[in-house]
Amino acid sequence: MIYLRLFFEFCKVGLFSIGGGLATIPFLTDMGHRTGWFTPGQLADMIAISESTPGPLGVNMATYAGYTTAGIMGGIIATLGLIFPSLVVTMIIAGFLQKFRDSAIVDALFYGLRAASVALITCALLQVAKIALLDHAMPDGTVQTFYWPAIILAAIVFICIRYTPLKKLHPIIFIAVSAAAGIALGM
Amino acid sequence: MTERKPIPLLADLYLTFARIGVMMFGGGYAMLPILQREVVEKKGWATEDQLADYYAVGQCTPGIIAVNTATFVGSSTRGAAGAVIATLGVITGPVIIILIIAAFLSGFMDLPVIAHAFNGVRACVTALILSSVIKLFRGSVTDWPTRIIYLAVLALAAAGTFATFSGAAGRIMDLMTSPVFLVLAAGFAGLAVRASKGGLRK
Repeated sequence: MIYLRLFFEFCKVGLFSIGGGLATIPFLTDMGHRTGWFTPGQLADMIAISESTPGPLGVNMATYAGYTTAGIMGGIIATLGLIFPSLVVTMIIAGFLQKFRDSAIVDALFYGLRAASVALITCALLQVAKIALLDHAMPDGTVQTFYWPAIILAAIVFICIRYTPLKKLHPIIFIAVSAAAGIALGM
Repeated sequence: MTERKPIPLLADLYLTFARIGVMMFGGGYAMLPILQREVVEKKGWATEDQLADYYAVGQCTPGIIAVNTATFVGSSTRGAAGAVIATLGVITGPVIIILIIAAFLSGFMDLPVIAHAFNGVRACVTALILSSVIKLFRGSVTDWPTRIIYLAVLALAAAGTFATFSGAAGRIMDLMTSPVFLVLAAGFAGLAVRASKGGLRK
């Protein structure tokens, strides 16, 4: 039964890929080998598509592999398989936190944990900044270390969202305007 | 953490997370500015601090951070039903988009106009995440112990991300720079700091 198999295989990916996004890639590569549901080339395409569509890579890959193997239902079932383990684990932890939220020990744990969380997000920010602003491949094949159009666009967005009345606008508006700027400037 | 939160309708939970789902270009971290706006500022379903907590726990549990955060917010506002509904909401848009791309747009990524647009989006997302990090930093990194934890975790995580190590020392570094290890170590550091100040006896 292909639906069960899809659910189960993506369940395993969901269970073992801790830390999200890029952590799923080795598991997906391995799955492609074992099942033949997608080739390494298709996986690379999917990583590129995931960078350009709203979905997380794992969800996108599950939907894509499920669809190519067993149609629309396959796409949906594979995705549900992927999120099932994290849904269960997170619900258990959320219930636990709810129950012990007034405990001084949990509070002390989160006092340290939160600082680490912000540090990890800062690190992710550095990764995003490196991809977005540095080492840009130009159409003529050269690589620009500092990609000024992107750096200036990022600086303008940052100033607008921090220091001007425009900060009341929804972030998606800045994203849409930046997409238009990217097209207009041929970035 | 004892403030009263508004209790959302399940439909509101679903629709809000479905809306967030189609806006999270660039993965879980890019979702942060959107979550701050939609969930903290507009709906009041969580505080800035709680978002940082959810991200921290999301780093050490299976699954995608964006999905885990949706599960957390749903669970803390409407229990198990809320957790399931918010999670299904956040993946609805991405699933539909990929089904359309898989069915009709095999050459989607080769269009120059898409590449240009996303170079613009990525620059913007960098600025938005920076702004989110500043907000979270002010709420969470408030004294010397948390400043030290922040700097230590950032240094190790950045080393793990941008440098490669080999051999036996490499395996130790791989462990020490993994998010799971860093988050757990920071939690215990927090516990030790509070314990040394006698803050665990209430």
